[in-house]
Amino acid sequence: MKTNTNNNQRPLIERPIQETAFYPSYKHLIQNDNYEEWSGYTALASFACEGQEYFAVRNTCGVYDICPMIKYDISGPDAERFMNRLVTRDVSKMLPERVVYAVWCNDNGHVIEDGTVFRYSATDFRLCCAERQLEWLEDSSIGYDVSIADVTEEIAGLAVQGPVSCRILKKMGFTGVENLKPFQLATFPLHGYDVVISRTGFTGDLGYELWIDVKNASDLWESLFSAGKPHGILMMGSEALEMLRIEAGLMLVNAEFMSCFQTVRLNRDRTPFELGLDWLVDFNKGHFIGRRALLKVSMKGLSRKLVGIDIDWNKQADGALIYDSKDASKQIGEVTSALWSPILKQNIALAYLDAPYFDGGKEMWAEVYLHRECMWERKMYKCRVAQRPFYSPDRRRLTPPNDM
Amino acid sequence: MKHDHYDAVVIGAGHNGLVTACYLQRAGLKVLVLERNSYIGGATTSISKYEDFTYSNCSYVCSLFRQEIARDLELYKFGMQVIPYNGGAQIIKNEDGSHDMLGAYWHADANRRDLERLSKRDANAYDRLNRDIMRQCEFIKPLLMRTPPDPTSFKPRDLMELLYLGKRFYGLGKERMLETIRFYTMSAADYLNEYLENDALKSYVAGGATVGTALGVYSPGTAYVLLHHAMGDIDGTVGAWGFARGGMGAISKALNDSFIASGGEVRVNAGVSKFIVERGKVKGMQLEDGEVIDADLVVSGMDVRRTFNAVDPNELPAWVVERVKNFRFRGSSAKINIALDGVPKFHGVPDGSPCLTGDIHISQSMEELETAYDDWKAGRWSDKPYLDMLIPSLIDPTMTPEGKHWMSIFIQYCPYEPAEGGWTEARRQAFGQHIVNRIAEFSPDFTEKMLHMELRTPKDIETEVGLTEGNIFQGELTMDQLIFNRPIPGYAQYRSPIKGLYMCGSSTHPGGGVMGAPGANAAREVLLDLGRRN
Repeated sequence: MKTNTNNNQRPLIERPIQETAFYPSYKHLIQNDNYEEWSGYTALASFACEGQEYFAVRNTCGVYDICPMIKYDISGPDAERFMNRLVTRDVSKMLPERVVYAVWCNDNGHVIEDGTVFRYSATDFRLCCAERQLEWLEDSSIGYDVSIADVTEEIAGLAVQGPVSCRILKKMGFTGVENLKPFQLATFPLHGYDVVISRTGFTGDLGYELWIDVKNASDLWESLFSAGKPHGILMMGSEALEMLRIEAGLMLVNAEFMSCFQTVRLNRDRTPFELGLDWLVDFNKGHFIGRRALLKVSMKGLSRKLVGIDIDWNKQADGALIYDSKDASKQIGEVTSALWSPILKQNIALAYLDAPYFDGGKEMWAEVYLHRECMWERKMYKCRVAQRPFYSPDRRRLTPPNDM
Repeated sequence: MKHDHYDAVVIGAGHNGLVTACYLQRAGLKVLVLERNSYIGGATTSISKYEDFTYSNCSYVCSLFRQEIARDLELYKFGMQVIPYNGGAQIIKNEDGSHDMLGAYWHADANRRDLERLSKRDANAYDRLNRDIMRQCEFIKPLLMRTPPDPTSFKPRDLMELLYLGKRFYGLGKERMLETIRFYTMSAADYLNEYLENDALKSYVAGGATVGTALGVYSPGTAYVLLHHAMGDIDGTVGAWGFARGGMGAISKALNDSFIASGGEVRVNAGVSKFIVERGKVKGMQLEDGEVIDADLVVSGMDVRRTFNAVDPNELPAWVVERVKNFRFRGSSAKINIALDGVPKFHGVPDGSPCLTGDIHISQSMEELETAYDDWKAGRWSDKPYLDMLIPSLIDPTMTPEGKHWMSIFIQYCPYEPAEGGWTEARRQAFGQHIVNRIAEFSPDFTEKMLHMELRTPKDIETEVGLTEGNIFQGELTMDQLIFNRPIPGYAQYRSPIKGLYMCGSSTHPGGGVMGAPGANAAREVLLDLGRRN
């Protein structure tokens, strides 16, 4: 039994929300006080104009503060075994200095979260996600020789995304950064400290994520922005990111699904199959948490699935219910995230559809409510299943990327 | 001699009695409420005991009161307003004698950050604990305003209700069904140990599992008592607690005024000495002063033992008499209200901390809570009791003069009958002093700020409020006394072996707390028997 010892002098928590390590550096760029809270940190929904911030990522370089991402360092002789137990895909195939996208479940095969697994060495991993879950990691590591540490407050991160992101990083002196392949990481020196750069992101574009000790945050930010200034570098907020990730067809916890750790109501839990993440589930790698339940589920057909859809006309279909016919006789799905895509000129959305509609080819109608000049109008628009990602430029995959 | 005649007489102007009376009156009956005391409210009162100070003398916070009742009876028109409070402080005494505080805040991240100082793991696990308690709430909440089925009956209504219960239960799915069965049989300590490691946090949460119950945190069944305190909500925020503006008496006053406005009649100083029963049917009652009142039906808000004590045992089946005798009350809680000359300081609590607007606790560990129970078993008040302390006047401007405050102190455990002899005045004072001394260990200026103290031992609660053995729930909330077992199997549907005699107090489903649900459910059953719908 642990005793109540605590050496910290009790602080008076005046403000529940903390500032990120980069916040003092970019504070002066905030023009419209469009704040929001993210994991206990002050975050920006937009700095000035979300449209401009969005186009920075498709046109020049947009920077997003990802300090509030939850980061767990998982190390020790059994780290690989434990990570392989935790996530559904096979991490033993990962080489050091690689990153993979992964999903992890509880024993019922219900998704806890999705996120990225960084492998630094044979025995060192980092799990990067959006929700705190230390007690789950600890409980599921009983019997494994691993240490698990929440390093969220110690590691600062910046997502540097867009066609000229590589050029800016090279200009900062990160020689060889152009040779990083997608989902590869490397450590670079800068002004006497280490910067871990991974070619990862949440925008579906060429991009990198920079990870450093929080104490070097202002130096990194200043260096990045002085190098990037002539290239149109711009801080961006979550509204722009939301547009980018929908175009990339990427799902978001609390939008497309809720962690099974938070669901109270019945039938709100999701399996990886329902999320269309079959490709992340490796039944051949041996045991992992949820394997047995998922095997059982995989034998049966799915009753619903998350897919991309494309909707007629140009009215963003937020929260739309989807029906089998124009007279809305039977509901067959619902939109989770929607966007009028400025680059595709397409009205896209992520949506759950019932079987067999998620396979496509059937008539479907989206019921969209439009609030126009303080009046609600109900519209029915035809829609169809569309390929994800909706947008995926070549520069996302090319190594070295086109220097443009 | 001609007696006054009423369609229905409700015994006791406590919150449940008044709720029943309101519904019956509004359904068109001529209803009289009889109250033994000179004031209404039962345990939901705000009586001034000292200068311009108003206390919530017994019950002191509100969460469980059903919003559908408030809405049906238009209680807002009669001044009822429940203001949720935020905050809360668990004061921690460190090994070196210094103090720290684990604060509860309105903001989830402030909570998390404060908890992270003690245990990063618990800061995450606490969310999972709360989610699991919420899942249990989701299951039980719809049952509060329903009449429990008789599991042995083949009446269509009971079968339908059992089917409803069964469907809800099987609808939970395998995992949650198993979780639920475990939950209802577990001790609070074992339940919390599955989630949390920090003792201060555990004791902060676990205290609620002992409230009004003569069981310890390690006694099986206490996990449910935790839920009983978490299943309320204020405007949809589940688990939130609030202060009634003007004190808890404002709730009974609103009910009383709503009742009067709809044409009802309340008589105070009118204790019932016995029910008049003829050929198995209730005919009325005789008051303590000898007056007889005729009534077609009687709804008793008294607890089950007092209700049947007022019936000639000759009119009752022997097993009912036996069951009533065995119904467990076991008073174990005391209440102290203190007028204060300003906000007291607490060790470890920074000046200006918003946490003081919530519940303040000083229990240090699960072991201490269990030891407190051991004291009670031996017939002593706890040396280190679980104290639930609140300063409502930090939020409510109507209860004290400007700059002054009052503190409500709920004490678990205190014996109904001290083993060393009954409650003498000297022993009462010694108990009060013991509690004050205990608080003073954590509050340097508490004693000097004290202006007045109102003290209620379980015996006082019985004598003044009329709750048997001073049990605040009109009977313990354990599985053998809940749902179709409350108050006795076979009579869990607000009826009794006497035709026309009903029960509406907290001795009936779903039990105690200022909830109003027993009162509303009882009224529904009465009207069902009369062939009326409310």
